[in-house]
Amino acid sequence: MPPHQPESGPRFDGARPWMLHPQVSLRPESFGALAYHFGTRRLSFLKSRTLLAVVEALADQPTGHDACRAAGVTPEQWSTYEQALTTLAESGMICERMAS
Amino acid sequence: MTLVGERPAGGDAAVGRLVDRFEQGLDAPICLTWELTYACNLACVHCLSSSGRRDPDELTTDECRALIDQFEQMQIFYVNIGGGEPTVRADFWELVEYATDHHVGVKFSTNGSRITEEVARRLAASDYVDVQISLDGSTAAVNDAVRGAGSYDTAVTAMARLAEAGFSGFKISVVVTRHNVGQLDEFKALADRYGAQLRLTRLRPSGRGADVWDELHPTGDQQRSLYDWLVAHGEDVLTGDSFFHLAGYGESLPGLNLCGAGRVVCLVDPVGAVYACPFAIHDEFLAGNVRAPGGFAEVWRHSDLFTELRQPQSAGACGSCGHYDSCRGGCMAAKFFTGLPLDGPDPECVLGHGEYALDARGDIEPPKPSLDHSRRPRGAVGTGADGAARPSGGHRVAVALLPHPPDRACDENPLAAFRPDLTPR
Repeated sequence: MPPHQPESGPRFDGARPWMLHPQVSLRPESFGALAYHFGTRRLSFLKSRTLLAVVEALADQPTGHDACRAAGVTPEQWSTYEQALTTLAESGMICERMAS
Repeated sequence: MTLVGERPAGGDAAVGRLVDRFEQGLDAPICLTWELTYACNLACVHCLSSSGRRDPDELTTDECRALIDQFEQMQIFYVNIGGGEPTVRADFWELVEYATDHHVGVKFSTNGSRITEEVARRLAASDYVDVQISLDGSTAAVNDAVRGAGSYDTAVTAMARLAEAGFSGFKISVVVTRHNVGQLDEFKALADRYGAQLRLTRLRPSGRGADVWDELHPTGDQQRSLYDWLVAHGEDVLTGDSFFHLAGYGESLPGLNLCGAGRVVCLVDPVGAVYACPFAIHDEFLAGNVRAPGGFAEVWRHSDLFTELRQPQSAGACGSCGHYDSCRGGCMAAKFFTGLPLDGPDPECVLGHGEYALDARGDIEPPKPSLDHSRRPRGAVGTGADGAARPSGGHRVAVALLPHPPDRACDENPLAAFRPDLTPR
């Protein structure tokens, strides 16, 4: 099937609720994780275990910021993680979810 | 592929660190090639797996299902299925469906002979299946000299059917040879015409490829023009990280520039044997068998061979070369099957060290593949200026009589097109 064009998501807004895209599988590795999107057939490397923890926390936390906090990201590290999450949002690996 | 992390821009230093991780191996392959059968209706002169006849000991449907279960447990996202011609297995579609139902995506390589209009429609409807059509000439003359009479028409018909069914982004996979290296623009145009993506891979002296490598591998000048073409088109063309031995020309091509054998890739053959990579079907690179206790996971994680490959490798004779960091000594299989030492230059080293090494071999006979399922006695094949295969001995060779496909190359290397800001499919 034609791979879907990567949805160019909006810039990651940490004040909103996020989740791993339902078509994405995460595989933890020593360096972080591999993420594979079955719709776009993209493979991404998450280059730290903390980033993996953030992504895994997204679905259970009210906002992206909360997921970062829950994974132990400090305020000084926030911009780094925001950039990483923006990359993931742009490639469709994570997406916004309806607020619960 | 995208790199996402603490250095999201993915500078060289960040990539370098990740490469180190890859060289130490991962919990499961990123990318795995699974050859389903040695049976093939073609008889390509450069077939990596020397395919032709089915092996009576090939994995049964139940064994294939059990292997897919294990892939799912190991979270292997997708497998590259090849052969032989995988679609000749009676249970092929059933296994594809079983894999995709179990979250294992499938990309399969085919010569196109079984891509009917109905199959094309079914494939176009699936999100989890990708197709790669093998083609080794942009004209029938050049293609059929290598892949057999009629194989060009078969491949192009399959492409047209896929495009007609609305399947965009399927792959056209080309093994670059001395006779088609001048057709790169035409291949690209062909891919564009059918809404496909072009994939170029390197001719390896593996399987029957050993018999024709001398006559078919690109000349030094052709390697240079190939490199320039890849640099100019890199973003649109997949290479399976096939050409990292060309990095010595200057700028590295997209990709990790690392041999992934036994570290991030491997091959499972039709009888369940696990080899370090698709180009290395030889006892020397045999790690184990999925039928043994512990199955595939045991082989991947604990086999002696893979453990050894994940240790730091010696640069050997290449250690003093300033380009070693970019080409890493080239392809292990290419060295092995041309009879060169593994810790020396690639036979196609762009600095010419490989040619010296080949000359220095003397009369040593390079190793032959451990398995040969060819349907005809092997014979040297030369190719004339018209691109038509001709035997070195006079009479025309059987090349054209038997169709055959398997050369899906290490496009199967997942590290293919690895770059921080770009994404291959």
